[in-house]
Amino acid sequence: MRRGPAVLTTGAAPPAVPAGGGARTRRAARAGPDRPLLGALGIAALLALWEAAPRLGAVSARHLPPASEVLATLAERAATAAFWTAVGDTLTGWALGLAIAFAAAVLLGLTLGSLPRVRAFTDSTVDFLRPIPSVALIPLAVLMYGTDLRSTLLLVVYASFWLLYIQVLYGVADVDPVAEQTARSYGLGRLARVRHVVWPTTLPYLMTGLRLAAAVALILSVTAQLVIGSPGLGREIAVAQSSGAVASVYALIVATGGLGVLVNTGVRALERRVLHWHASVRGEAAA
Amino acid sequence: MGAAAEPTTTTTDHEGERPTMLKVTGLRKVYDGGAVAVEAVRDLTFELAEGELVCLVGPSGCGKTTLLKCIAGLMPPTGGTVELEGRPVTAPPPDMAVVFQEYGRSLFPWMSVRANVELPLKQKRLPVERRTGLVREALEAVGLAGSADAYPWQLSGGMQQRVAIARAVAYEPKVLLMDEPFAAVDAQTRADLEDLIRALWKRLGVTVLFVTHDIDEAVYLGERVLVLSSSPTVVQDDVTVDLPAGRDQLTTRRDGRFTELRTRVYAEIQRAKRGDAGADGRPQDRTGGREGSPVAGGSPAG
Ligand SMILES: Nc1ncnc2c1ncn2[C@@H]1O[C@H](COP(=O)(O)OP(=O)(O)O)[C@@H](O)[C@H]1O
Ligand SMILES: [Mg+2]
Repeated sequence: MRRGPAVLTTGAAPPAVPAGGGARTRRAARAGPDRPLLGALGIAALLALWEAAPRLGAVSARHLPPASEVLATLAERAATAAFWTAVGDTLTGWALGLAIAFAAAVLLGLTLGSLPRVRAFTDSTVDFLRPIPSVALIPLAVLMYGTDLRSTLLLVVYASFWLLYIQVLYGVADVDPVAEQTARSYGLGRLARVRHVVWPTTLPYLMTGLRLAAAVALILSVTAQLVIGSPGLGREIAVAQSSGAVASVYALIVATGGLGVLVNTGVRALERRVLHWHASVRGEAAA
Repeated sequence: MGAAAEPTTTTTDHEGERPTMLKVTGLRKVYDGGAVAVEAVRDLTFELAEGELVCLVGPSGCGKTTLLKCIAGLMPPTGGTVELEGRPVTAPPPDMAVVFQEYGRSLFPWMSVRANVELPLKQKRLPVERRTGLVREALEAVGLAGSADAYPWQLSGGMQQRVAIARAVAYEPKVLLMDEPFAAVDAQTRADLEDLIRALWKRLGVTVLFVTHDIDEAVYLGERVLVLSSSPTVVQDDVTVDLPAGRDQLTTRRDGRFTELRTRVYAEIQRAKRGDAGADGRPQDRTGGREGSPVAGGSPAG
């Protein structure tokens, strides 16, 4: 079952083909009454280990302060306005970059996807540009925009655009000829077919791309701030590090992790809503 | 020779007494996209009068779907013409609806049953009240009024095909093309759907071209049966079905005349498989029953 779970996992998997296959097993696992309890126990165990390791001297407390100290620092920081400004800056870079990438990928993907000759013309270029790691563009971003928000945007957009664009192309290619002919026989023109047939067919692919892109966009947003020094949580981490505030570094890392969880939860909720009709979400009802 | 003696209703008029609705002349289709060119249809010529219900039978792979797509304006023919009420068909005509064999792929899973049926009407820019009315009537006609808010994938195969039929009916076409619509449903559902098609056809006065590979189904449903040869495809025979208009799954299928007709169609298909079609590819001009058929079952049951 390679096809099914690909839609549902978060890893930086290659463009995934949505299918219903794995949905049922995942649902069954999620529906188990013990699941939230086990999850909470897992986190508690991790925190206990984290607390114990530096206290028992297994690792140096200078490199890894105990969990309680880190969480206390996080609470302290969360009481300051500067922290929330940094969170806001990180999320702005993330959301704006993702939105730009999304709009561009959908527009270009729907257009080029339905023009086979143009697509063939651009395919090799895409294959060349896509593997370029976004971080390799950092010098370019600094050269062009300095420490401006636009530097962050450049990296975020570049990284998430390809994830989304490739998925849109896959989706457009997956349009069922019978559905297409049905639409044509009922007099749906080009635009109406894009809206009522191509777009819904593409949505499952696009949502997979969005889930991957949302995670990658957050990583790049933090990376840009960390390396370039544009405002946000990333820069706060760099500042804390250079001033030797180890507990603060960890507290900020935990904060970025928290953002990641929030982002992922949000995208999944959106996915369930938008794809309620799709085999990957409707689960047992399809029987 | 009972044809003239049959009491005829308005819906069972014979060819020639009504204006021509659909005219296919010398239709040829060659697929040449792949490595080798495939001649799916060689030379098809036939007409459908307004309000007729004609069945088209032919072996699998003989080009029935190809023909239907050419008629529907979904695919340009390599040669020959299709005319709808005297006008050549070059794009999907607004007065035509198609019911595809693959109902599961023809319905949109992202839309409710109601939205599926309504979409073509929105495209026609009908006002809301008219749309709602047509959707309700069509769903009632196929017995699915209660499933309007369900999604296609929540329904059984037979129900899905009824949704597809409702969508076609709500569209109010003059010509309804059906491509083996019941090939994938169970026998009982199939019998029900056959009667549904007869009932809708009588009520709406629509011209129907019904494609099937099932000889019994063709004879049971049609006023006329066109028999296609196997590839290279021509019209092998044109059989007038002179059964009474009121058909019934039990009595009609037991009728001696029904058995004669199905025997004749069967024999034609066998002949077609052996490849001794008319040299010029025109339909053989013979009417009435043939005797000396190679299949059993020639004696009237009962
Ligand atoms: N898109 C296509 N490209 C090439 N060959 C095709 C295509 N569609 C159908 N054919 C061929 O044309 C012939 C007729 O097919 P079809 O019209 O589907 O037959 P039927 O509906 O009677 O089963 C078959 O030999 C089939 O392989
Ligand atoms: Mg077919």
